[in-house]
Amino acid sequence: MNLRARHFAPSALAALVGCFAFTAAQADDVQVAVAANFTAPIQAIASDFEKDTGHKLIAAYGATGQFYTQIKNGAPFEVFLAADDTTPEKLEKEGDIVPGSRFTYAIGTLALWSANDGYINDTDKVLKENQFKHLSIANPKAAPYGLAATQVLAKLGLTDKVKDKIVEGQNITQAYQFVSTGNAELGFVALSQIYKDGKLTSGSAWIVPEAMHDPIKQDAVILKKGENNPAAKALVEYLKGPKAAAIIKSYGYQL
Amino acid sequence: MSAQINVRLQLSYSGFSLDLDVQLPGKGVTALFGHSGSGKTTCLRCIAGLERANQAFVQINDEVWQDSQSNLFVPVHKRSLGYIFQEASLFPHLSVRANLEFGLRRILREQRRVELAHAADLLGITHLLERAPNHLSGGERQRVGIARALLTSPKLLLMDEPLAALDSQRKAEILPYLERLHAELDIPVLYVSHSQDEVARLADHIVLLSEGKVLASGPIGETLARLDLPLSQGDDAGVVIQGEVCDYDARYHLLTLQLPHSAQRIRVAHAPLAIGKTLRVKVQARDISLSLNRNEHSSILNSLQATVIGETAADNQAHVLVRLDIAGTALLARITRYSRDQLDLQPGQTIWLQIKSVAVLA
Amino acid sequence: MPLSSADFAAIWLTFKLASLTTVILLVIGTPIALWLAHTRSRLRGPIGAIVALPLVLPPTVIGFYLLLAMGPHGYVGQLTQAMGLGTLTFSFAGLVIGSVIYSMPFVVQPLQNAFTAIGPRPLEVAATLRANPWDCFFTVVLPLARPGFITAAILGFAHTVGEFGVVLMIGGNIPEKTRVVSVQIYDHVEALEYAQAHWLAGAMVVFSFLVLLALYSSRKSQSTWS
Repeated sequence: MNLRARHFAPSALAALVGCFAFTAAQADDVQVAVAANFTAPIQAIASDFEKDTGHKLIAAYGATGQFYTQIKNGAPFEVFLAADDTTPEKLEKEGDIVPGSRFTYAIGTLALWSANDGYINDTDKVLKENQFKHLSIANPKAAPYGLAATQVLAKLGLTDKVKDKIVEGQNITQAYQFVSTGNAELGFVALSQIYKDGKLTSGSAWIVPEAMHDPIKQDAVILKKGENNPAAKALVEYLKGPKAAAIIKSYGYQL
Repeated sequence: MSAQINVRLQLSYSGFSLDLDVQLPGKGVTALFGHSGSGKTTCLRCIAGLERANQAFVQINDEVWQDSQSNLFVPVHKRSLGYIFQEASLFPHLSVRANLEFGLRRILREQRRVELAHAADLLGITHLLERAPNHLSGGERQRVGIARALLTSPKLLLMDEPLAALDSQRKAEILPYLERLHAELDIPVLYVSHSQDEVARLADHIVLLSEGKVLASGPIGETLARLDLPLSQGDDAGVVIQGEVCDYDARYHLLTLQLPHSAQRIRVAHAPLAIGKTLRVKVQARDISLSLNRNEHSSILNSLQATVIGETAADNQAHVLVRLDIAGTALLARITRYSRDQLDLQPGQTIWLQIKSVAVLA
Repeated sequence: MPLSSADFAAIWLTFKLASLTTVILLVIGTPIALWLAHTRSRLRGPIGAIVALPLVLPPTVIGFYLLLAMGPHGYVGQLTQAMGLGTLTFSFAGLVIGSVIYSMPFVVQPLQNAFTAIGPRPLEVAATLRANPWDCFFTVVLPLARPGFITAAILGFAHTVGEFGVVLMIGGNIPEKTRVVSVQIYDHVEALEYAQAHWLAGAMVVFSFLVLLALYSSRKSQSTWS
């Protein structure tokens, strides 16, 4: 993206917001890159955040690795909510973030899920019985949920036994999609994808105990581009606050 | 008539319909003559099976190719026909020889009646055999196309204005070959044309088409001289006369022809020919003048006695067309109305005619 | 060695997929193109549009519908299950089907153009020279449409090599079965393995350039029908 376009986009959006939002004189925009698994919670948080602070949250959803590449190449994001902790750490080391702004905003919960009711009985039994054809996971090289899934399989001693049955989604969204369309009977997904208000939204699942894999820490950072934007700071503070915490937990994350 | 071609066709598109029922001789050249849009090409395509008329009966001598009443439709590739398109339509990926062999190879050996060398010789293309089609002139291409069709030993040759795409020089180059075909091969030909000269030169029988209907069908000589047909109205209107060679004057290079059933003769400039051979000549209506007496002292070679049959108005108000007869041979004369009144022409009257020029056809 | 054995496996798989897809497309695309070139049917428009759909649809749309259709609840999936084949998602066969649909217009359209350019006349001539329709196809249409076939094969092959969205949606990224080069590149980029990504991506650029170069420089003036 060239310089002119980069400056044009936010100002045009600001002009739009200026036309339609009468709420606050101090309104600022904040451009946020959000890991795909956090889509639903951030939308719930955004409406509260905008109501409470008058700032406007403009979110882009995608894969953490892709966001990294885009940020390194000048993408206009001010806050980054990653799906892991290693990518924000890398950005921190490379000097692309506001020093000291990195923190864990959520800890992901891994779930083994099937779209069929009663297929999984809240245990690992279905894995050990090994009667399925396809087990969907996210790409372990790119997605932390995928890496956690391979750790769980290793811990159960099933790595070799299910090796030929594994199908990989490029990200956790696709891993979920393979299961939801029935193409894979079951798969490791993020609990946040199948959980709302303290219960499963559909199908059957086994919520994997935390101890079976490295914690799926999801870190957030303020990027250099957001250094002087009060809305970016406000968002980060809001994420740490009790209202956001309640929403995050209701989607099956831990804190 | 023993050998004959029966064609009944009915078809209609938006804005065009064809409805005809003709019996044609099963040998010789039959011209389908008419203006563009008269349905002659469609008629030919229906006979070939390239187009399918809703109601049709097509019989070529003893073979029925289509009979819509019994739902019979012989596909094109099973009809023993040769088709010459307006453009030669040679296969560009094949040499001249391979083009010729294309049809030949698909005919059983025992059914072949024409050999490649003979066809190539007949059409004067022997020296072109190894060439690629795009290195041939238009006339050469058309000759290859004709030879290619002949090599399938067809029972019927369909020619769709084979000369129309050629300039007059190429036409002149190719016409003698068509005449040789006519003379040497015993294959009935349906020849589509809108040129009276071509028709006069090649055809034995003519079918006159207009707006999808048959206006007239008959032997070439009578039909061309019929006053009730638009044929007689054109500037190049005229008749075809067939005569028998009875003398040759080597000193003046003049051939004498005797008219059928008559003692009268005409003389034409021509190379020597054997006595007894028949020759076709075309006499244009505008080249005949009439007089009450024999005109002895004139540069005009041919002066004949004929009977007036009738007359009709010409396309131009100053002229009339007069039909004449010499012992069954029909002739047309285009004269002014003024002359007609001066001569006081009446049907049945005997009169002298002078022929200014005679074109030898074949 | 800049490329791993997994990379080579992906290259080999891609080659296999593109070759098989091209062969299948030439076989089924030829009658479709012939029909489209010669028919006067009213269905010509709709069928032509359906064949051309992959030109404008995002591959993810095709991939999404294939995922649903070939899945256990989809029509295709139920058919293949009834035939005892299981479901086709996450399989090489599934990728071939997806690629055939996805690359269809790239094969059918050059063929259709070639057949249209030949026109009905050579077929009529061949018929009057006693060639039956099959004979006519092999001895006249095929040789005359050869440039069209070459273009169709090259474009079909190259376009399948470049396929990504459909494979991503229905492939499941299985080594030696569904992990093709484009997905492997995506994996490398996602995993921040830029060096390997560069090697594969660079090879794709070179390959695509060579293919198009061959295509454009082989397009000499074709002999026209006279």
